[in-house]
Amino acid sequence: MLEPIIFELSAPGRRAGGHAPAKPPAADFPAQFLRREEPLLPEVSELQVVRHFTRLSQQNYSIDTQFYPLGSCTMKYNPRVCNRLAMLPEFVERHPLAATEYGQGFLECMYELQDMLKAVTGMTAISLTPMAGAQAEFAGVTMLRAYHDARGDSERREIIVPDAAHGTNPATASMCGCTVVEIPTRADGDVDLDALRNAVGPATAGIMLTNPSTLGIFERQIIEIADIVHKAGGLLYYDGANLNAILGRALPADMGFDVVHLNLHKTFATPHGGGGPGSGVVAVNERLAPFLPVPIVGRDGDQYVWLSAADRPRSIGRLSTFMGNAGILLRAFVYMRLLGADGMRRVSEFATLNANYLMKRLQTAGFEVSFAERRASHEFIVSLKLITNETGISAMDFAKALLDRGFHAPTTYFPQLVAECLLIEPTETEARQELDAFVAALVEIRDLAYSSPDTIKAAPITTPVRRLDDVRAVRQLDVVWQPDSESSA
Amino acid sequence: MPFIPHTERDIAAMLSTIGVADTEALFDEIPAALRIDGLHKIPAGMDEAAVTRLMRDRAAKDAGVVSFIGAGAYEHHIPAAVWDLVTRGEFYSAYTPYQAEASQGTLQVIYEYQSIMANLTGLDISNASLYDGATAFAEACLMAVRSNRKVNSRKILVSCSVHPVYRAVARHLTVGQGIELVEINCRDGQTELAALDGLAAEEFAAVCLQQPTFLGTLDDVDTLTDWAHAQQMIVIAICNPMSLAVLRPPGEWGAAGADIACGEGQPFGIPVASGGPYFGYLVCRQQMVRQMPGRIVGRTVDIDGKPGFTLTLQAREQHIRRSKATSNICTNQGLMVTAATIYLSLLGSDGLRRTALQCHANTKLLVEKLSESDAATVMFEPFFHEAVLQFDRPVGPLIEALGQQGILAGYDLSADYPELGNALLVCATEMRTEEEIAKYATVLKAVMSSSKVA
Repeated sequence: MLEPIIFELSAPGRRAGGHAPAKPPAADFPAQFLRREEPLLPEVSELQVVRHFTRLSQQNYSIDTQFYPLGSCTMKYNPRVCNRLAMLPEFVERHPLAATEYGQGFLECMYELQDMLKAVTGMTAISLTPMAGAQAEFAGVTMLRAYHDARGDSERREIIVPDAAHGTNPATASMCGCTVVEIPTRADGDVDLDALRNAVGPATAGIMLTNPSTLGIFERQIIEIADIVHKAGGLLYYDGANLNAILGRALPADMGFDVVHLNLHKTFATPHGGGGPGSGVVAVNERLAPFLPVPIVGRDGDQYVWLSAADRPRSIGRLSTFMGNAGILLRAFVYMRLLGADGMRRVSEFATLNANYLMKRLQTAGFEVSFAERRASHEFIVSLKLITNETGISAMDFAKALLDRGFHAPTTYFPQLVAECLLIEPTETEARQELDAFVAALVEIRDLAYSSPDTIKAAPITTPVRRLDDVRAVRQLDVVWQPDSESSA
Repeated sequence: MPFIPHTERDIAAMLSTIGVADTEALFDEIPAALRIDGLHKIPAGMDEAAVTRLMRDRAAKDAGVVSFIGAGAYEHHIPAAVWDLVTRGEFYSAYTPYQAEASQGTLQVIYEYQSIMANLTGLDISNASLYDGATAFAEACLMAVRSNRKVNSRKILVSCSVHPVYRAVARHLTVGQGIELVEINCRDGQTELAALDGLAAEEFAAVCLQQPTFLGTLDDVDTLTDWAHAQQMIVIAICNPMSLAVLRPPGEWGAAGADIACGEGQPFGIPVASGGPYFGYLVCRQQMVRQMPGRIVGRTVDIDGKPGFTLTLQAREQHIRRSKATSNICTNQGLMVTAATIYLSLLGSDGLRRTALQCHANTKLLVEKLSESDAATVMFEPFFHEAVLQFDRPVGPLIEALGQQGILAGYDLSADYPELGNALLVCATEMRTEEEIAKYATVLKAVMSSSKVA
């Protein structure tokens, strides 16, 4: 059933009540400052609100309700206790500008989180302030620039990015005023070293790499890559999107990376929240340490303190009003303490076991797996190109048909190197039965693609809406509800 | 094994399917020189009860203070229903709504959020949110430079009454693209109109004004907006959205209204929580929409003609445009926007107005009580729900002494605004009771009488 827009539930004069002061004095501002007309906000009861948003929530697929094998996003279980403990009243009521004496409990958690995240990356210094992976990328590339500039090497403005990289990598380089040099990937999925050697030079600021790569395989020549880039005077940036695959097995620092960002909403199970908040801490080695964004949690005797720009004069500065997504950092801290050293190694062990098992099962069932001769990391790619050619059923059609079978779809059409691809990441928290059921669903969809393609093209039919007209969404832009816009919909 | 469902039988069967002897073999593509045998600096795992004790103990260390600090984060009552609903797993553990058919809940919430923000600000189009107030301001600056086709400049004017951290963050986030922020002086807590005369106004793409200002005062935004428009500048408004229940919305500033509004969404149902996660809002005129960064949700129809929601205008974004995107932003603050939408639905226009007015009244009462001692005087009026008090001695020691009595006295302005002397920014939202305000005044008197004028 269609859920009305909240405004359509409104009745003039209806109040939820009880949430605002009963008798505030009248406004005493000079008239020029006063609002002339009341803003249009919903006028609904509390029960209407609870029902409306509960019903809306039920129109979502989520980890808590479905297998959600969205490649490159690490949709693992978000433990309830992490949320519960991050929302303890003392934590949520603490003002960010309260003096550190009144935040020692919180700061102790942050200090230990810094230490743990340094340990899982092998880096020597860290800042927790970036509010998402993309912001951490911004911090990282800005630090590369600052490092080169500080050495009087300010011609270095090129960022090398493999063609399989996440879209944020080139977008970040541009935001930082750098230009992007794209290098190709070899047929076996590793970086083309000859192309890299040709790409590096006196203008190279650095290279941004994800390892395991977005192709779901470990870049085996990483030590050679580091050598080539470093010898050319560039630095290495590690995009931590895929850390889940190697947690506790290998350290980005040992691979030669100078700066690392981690997505806590991936590897460390903080919520994805329908698209955010994320958290993208950034860690570095000695040579980049002076440039880290502030604030950072430090220690002065037995007190935890904030280190600000005054303490770190070469910092690239603040990236947020306060200290980033503190509450998300607390959730990650709880998760890391629950797991401990052994639990973290189990993450990569079972994420990899699940991915390789699922890959093998799909391969045996006749699906074409990309880089089949390689070991899958925590994710892998299925190419549906042959099926698409033979039946007209595309990766998008498969995705929609999976929704009808109670699964969220894998990532589709990324990485862009593989035609009609599904990037599948099961994560360590899925049970074998779930993986088997997913295989059965894909097999069923493929069979129907040949025997009854129209039924797949019609999918989804069980979701609250069916395929949406994206072209109309752009051409007849409707992004704000208008009281009279009902008839058009 | 916490959160790992595999039994011994599962593991054996899965390894056999893959055709390897043990899980260690699955990592054989990682060069041997890189492989480690464990994370020796990470403590051992804890069970849920032990972690709960640990966190309760730590949280308890931060208890027992009453805050009169604002300065960009404001403590308001959050109805119980807000976070009960927000933390439903279907919101909490969903991701970006790429599969629109399976994400109608998240998408409709964002559409409702966008609608409310457009109404509140008096502008046309809201995005689905950015990280926080400071980054929303930085993105607004970038957007203004891209949008202003009449003035080809990368320089932007910013009033000194804009939050000092917003100015700093915007500088850090835009310097790589060659943007320069030039500050306009303030006088008496307002943007100094006389300072505008000396400016070569044609050099600037935009002007940025905050209302209420960082100092809690009200600026002459009508005059400033009209002046800027006459110079072909884009006007960026930074507003505490709570104030918009009472104060004139940016869309109605001056003759034509501001062009972009942005700011911190935290006052709408989000706890102060050590600074985040919050969300930044960004709203603009219709004609600028293609320069807008971040996600936007649109309503459309499905193949049966049924209304539904989807991400729209995605050609602006990094996953399509890569290096030519409007921003590298990839997420919005989905969960926080969900909280704000629920909060605003519960409060309504009437509740929001009552809350804003009570905050104003409480701060007035606070200023009155604190000024009873001759050592403190209010510097600027009118103010919204924050005010600057000037003392006859440095405020640092006062803040410290009051803190020891459980009162977080306010924000020390001496580093950001040295010209104001011994100035303290105080705030009493609707959460502060008359008793708490009275206690602040009493303790302040005691502290003042026991300490000497420096």
